[in-house]
Amino acid sequence: MDKSTAGMEVRMADSLSSVIDIRGDVTAASEPALMAAYEEASRQGARRLVLNFSGLEYMNSGGIGMLVTLLVRANRKHQPLAAYGLSDHYREIFELTRLDEAIGIYDDELSALAG
Amino acid sequence: MSENPAPEGRLSAAQAGRASRPRNARNWATKVDRLSVDSGGGLNVAGRRLTGPVQGFGRMWRKTYWIELSPDISPSAVIATWKGHFGEFWPKASRFKGPLTSLSPGDVALLDVSVGGGVRLSTGVFVLYADEESFTLMTPQGHMFAGWITFSAERSGSVTRVQTQVLMRANDPLYELAMACGGHHKEDQFWVQTMTALAQRLSAAPAVVQARTVCVDRRRQWGNAGQVWHNSMVRTVVHSVASALARKRQPAPRPR
Repeated sequence: MDKSTAGMEVRMADSLSSVIDIRGDVTAASEPALMAAYEEASRQGARRLVLNFSGLEYMNSGGIGMLVTLLVRANRKHQPLAAYGLSDHYREIFELTRLDEAIGIYDDELSALAG
Repeated sequence: MSENPAPEGRLSAAQAGRASRPRNARNWATKVDRLSVDSGGGLNVAGRRLTGPVQGFGRMWRKTYWIELSPDISPSAVIATWKGHFGEFWPKASRFKGPLTSLSPGDVALLDVSVGGGVRLSTGVFVLYADEESFTLMTPQGHMFAGWITFSAERSGSVTRVQTQVLMRANDPLYELAMACGGHHKEDQFWVQTMTALAQRLSAAPAVVQARTVCVDRRRQWGNAGQVWHNSMVRTVVHSVASALARKRQPAPRPR
């Protein structure tokens, strides 16, 4: 299997929200790292999850599929999912795949946290 | 977060970051709101919106089918063959009308699929993503399922692993019922036959297709039940009956 080259770091942005900083190449192989980050954020008590794509270098269709799995898990726990830091290109990909209908897309972290 | 002002005519660092294109940008299709079809036909495809697993109705499934081939066959050779001859690997009862050359991002291909009981389904797929080692198709409104099908090949230990992965929800309640009443089994057979045919083309040695199915989300999205209006199977049947009636109503040619 391909090895993941993505980095995922979790930080509490406020008492209710966690931000997952995503760096590098996101593919299907990144799923264990993203799910571990999600578990960490949930353990910290996050009621809202924000994905920071500012450090994203590359994402293929496997990476997009992995985000759907994350979305399902977050929905199950009633945790809204938001994203910011997407380049114009990936913002278009979110629109094309209609992921933007389920994951709120924002220009910056403050807006994403405010929802 | 605020952005530092940039000199006139130049982009700030944040603006430049947003405008930057990743190295695989050309592998993605450009954004479309509704599908268009160049050639004739396109029943249930032209003018339709794309649907992903987020938009579907039924339970969400991830179905993975894979074969292992000799490592002498490179992943890029597998994908080049697959993209270039996609429809040739399909079971005989179904037809795939794609571009004459290899599948490319943004292409729309028309499908005519046998769904059993003499019923046929006219629909299509959109090439969402394609690179040297994978490609992904996305379905339009009215298709049996809302989702993505990703075909990929990679080196895995001492073999070349070739995979089809479907991430899907049935598009409406009728399809959800049909999937539960044998549709899933039929779809499994479809991909097993397809991958067996691909393996025969690529390798002299027979390949065993392995499969794994995972229910990702058991919930049904009742808010999307109205998508039954676009159901391509119903529309294909109605279209066929209407065409047959129209032919019957045409006056018979007068004897000379």
